[in-house]
Amino acid sequence: MSLDATFAALADPTRRAILAQLALGETTPMDLARPFQMSQPAVSKHLKVLEQAGLILRRVDGTRRPCRLAPQPIRDIDQWLGQLRTALAANYDRLDAVLAASLPPSTGDNSP
Amino acid sequence: MTMTLHTEGDTHVVVTRRFAAPPEAVYRAHTDPALIRQWMLGPDGWTMPVCQSDAVPGGLIRFEWTDGAGNGFYLTGTYLALEPFHRILHVERMHIPDATPDNHVETLFTPDGTGTRMVLRMTLPDAATRAAMLATGMEHGMEASYARLDGLA
Repeated sequence: MSLDATFAALADPTRRAILAQLALGETTPMDLARPFQMSQPAVSKHLKVLEQAGLILRRVDGTRRPCRLAPQPIRDIDQWLGQLRTALAANYDRLDAVLAASLPPSTGDNSP
Repeated sequence: MTMTLHTEGDTHVVVTRRFAAPPEAVYRAHTDPALIRQWMLGPDGWTMPVCQSDAVPGGLIRFEWTDGAGNGFYLTGTYLALEPFHRILHVERMHIPDATPDNHVETLFTPDGTGTRMVLRMTLPDAATRAAMLATGMEHGMEASYARLDGLA
């Protein structure tokens, strides 16, 4: 499973909505198709992309093929935390500059 | 300056950062919309054309970001408690475009020499929200990549 496949799978809004739905619990393709007003083959196509990207798991239960979110919390959290860290570090570096520009000259004991 | 970011249990993220300015200035930069919009921008190239911050208990927060190329998302929230110039407690959620679950954020500012030590504690989003947030960030990056590919074609 490649990172490219994961990103490509996540870039589609319908597939993100499917993941959000699956976050609530295991669901069959038929139940997934209903809220999206999509045909079951169309949903199955999305599910195949998500499965190949390693984002969901499917199992066989008689005639049903329920799917659920793949348990990859560590990689997922690391990736999200990495993005958050990058954004916050950039923010606070900018805040340093904003504070330096708006501060009155120091009048404390440290003044030259 | 060095920022630290770590998880606390399964549900929280804690960020610490030191600033050279005193708590009053750092607190104001977190509550005054004219200051917030100058720095709370995330990746380079993004701006905040709409910045509402009514820094009173129950006051509303609304930040709207755009990359100037048609991509954008926004955040809404409410101030729950404010202790100038020491503590801010607020709740926020992203709209990308569906609303993410509420994120309760506590931000503490304490004097550290002539500067400020800030500790920010937020809720870790659930798996689906993280996936959506990552995808939002990635779409932006991917579009830039595709634009470069177009240039090569």
